[in-house]
Amino acid sequence: MSVARLGLRLGLGFLYLPIVLLVAYAFSADRIPFQWGGFSLRWFRALAEDERLVEAALLSLRVAAGAATLAVLVGGLAGFALARFGPFRGRALFGALIGAPLVLPEVVTGLSLLLLFVALEGAIGWPAGRGALTVLLAHATLGAAYVAVVVQARLAEADRSLEEAALNLGATPFVAFRTVTLPLMAPSLFAGWLLAFTLSLDDVVLASFVSGPAGTTLPMVLFSRLKLGLTPEVNALGAVIVAVAAAALGLAALVLARVDARRGGG
Amino acid sequence: MLRAEGVAKRYGATVALEGLDLAIAPGEFFALLGGSGSGKTTLLRLVAGFETPDAGRLLLEGRDLVPLPPYRRPVAMMFQNYALFPHLDVFDNVAYGLRRAGVPSAELRRRVAEALALVRLAGLERRRPHRLSGGQRQRVALARSLVVRPRLLLLDEPLAALDAGLREATGFELRALQRATGAAFVMVTHDQAEAMALADRIGVLERGRLVQVGPPREVYERPATRFVATFLGGANLLAGTVRADGGVDCAEAGCVLRPAAPLARPAGSAVTLALRPERVRMRPEAADRAAAAEGEGPNATRGTVVEIAYRGELSTCLVRLDGGTALRVSRPSAEGVPARGTRVALAWPGEALTVLAD
Repeated sequence: MSVARLGLRLGLGFLYLPIVLLVAYAFSADRIPFQWGGFSLRWFRALAEDERLVEAALLSLRVAAGAATLAVLVGGLAGFALARFGPFRGRALFGALIGAPLVLPEVVTGLSLLLLFVALEGAIGWPAGRGALTVLLAHATLGAAYVAVVVQARLAEADRSLEEAALNLGATPFVAFRTVTLPLMAPSLFAGWLLAFTLSLDDVVLASFVSGPAGTTLPMVLFSRLKLGLTPEVNALGAVIVAVAAAALGLAALVLARVDARRGGG
Repeated sequence: MLRAEGVAKRYGATVALEGLDLAIAPGEFFALLGGSGSGKTTLLRLVAGFETPDAGRLLLEGRDLVPLPPYRRPVAMMFQNYALFPHLDVFDNVAYGLRRAGVPSAELRRRVAEALALVRLAGLERRRPHRLSGGQRQRVALARSLVVRPRLLLLDEPLAALDAGLREATGFELRALQRATGAAFVMVTHDQAEAMALADRIGVLERGRLVQVGPPREVYERPATRFVATFLGGANLLAGTVRADGGVDCAEAGCVLRPAAPLARPAGSAVTLALRPERVRMRPEAADRAAAAEGEGPNATRGTVVEIAYRGELSTCLVRLDGGTALRVSRPSAEGVPARGTRVALAWPGEALTVLAD
């Protein structure tokens, strides 16, 4: 075996061995989470019966879907404006502000969002208290930054003259946007949605800042449980998450590959 | 049908167009010829409505275009890169303009089929642009522009993206399509051969100004300015001083230049004349008795061939004159070309000389 191959295997092992171990121990019958006790599905059963976990998981999925959708709306429009509105006044500032959540430490973003939500509630009574809604808004803020970047990059490489051709053929600006620009943006909107969805699904820091009693997401529950010690149930949960993530990634790759094939890869 | 009156456009400190006046007749094939940065594409974009002129008026059939947004102008444009919609197939690309105009579906199908037949693309309706060759893409773009039956079609470098071999055939097709549709075509190009081959009239743009407008033959044979003379066919420029008898003393050519009509300019004033490379007769010096007299008298000189460029049907020789300057002389390759270093006698008829305005 050559050195390069050995290196590759070590690297892959370093990346994936922990995950493989986690998935394997999820099927172990033993109560101690790192001791093999024979094959069993008992922890998956326990997982399904753990109402608190299931509830948190469902809440996480709802929050992630909502946040991703909001992020696509806001970030998509921002990316479009940055790529297509020309050098408008304040463009550089706008671009910097949109991208800020990408570079700001999450604790700073989380703290400032918390302050904003508290101040808003004091001023206009919305959002009332902190919970799923505030977590959703916080995640949408972060996701919008990613979506804006992806959409802007995609439109920057797409030819401006396509929209001009549409106008030339009698399409009003809105119709040109709907029939030409939007289809051009679609793959980046889809990719951006998935990105925002996964970001929301595994975020602990932002959620910890802006969540309330009714807004405990799955990562938060997991995190608090780990403080009390490892249980095989957590292994099972991890295995489920790995399966879901793999399925989502596979789907995304499939859709993007089809889009690319349609566009001829260019 | 299209009139431009005093049209001007600047981008910051850069002048793209300045005081441009132009009239295009209905059904005319007009070529705007110019180098990069001459403002030729700017003019198309102004007419299509993607830019607004800083001054002047643009009238289409007497109607002011400037206040109209691009989608209300009865002007079609074919983009240099064709701008085919990548997410639509050939049929939907061509149907795009008809759909925007709300054409009923039966008529829409008929007109798309007609347009595709016109550009010989029937059968490719369901192809996506990326699966078409360059020539096919160009024809889809043409069909998409023509299907809306524009009175005026703007073409931005329509042949530039095609292989050299395809260019001539496509040029003939363009010409035929223009006659078949009766629309006025305004084409922008940097290729003088393309402009001359296709257009009824040529307008030469130099740094945002229209320096000469006329039929190709006139512009080529009677260039108005130094720029036109060199840009079209690379004429030789000869500078001299006007003589009292209407001839021109030209030290660099080493002879007196005598245009067909004597110059009506004051004696002693400086003047530049253009001489087309293919109008110069070239013979090896003193090859026979008849040639002994060649190379002497007005409109005749002698020199040495220093470079030869073979261009297929024509070969161009660079002849270093005894007066010091180098003259480009081209002649049909089939007639034989003197070898490098040959002493040659040169002569040209008076009507081959054109007096330039600047």
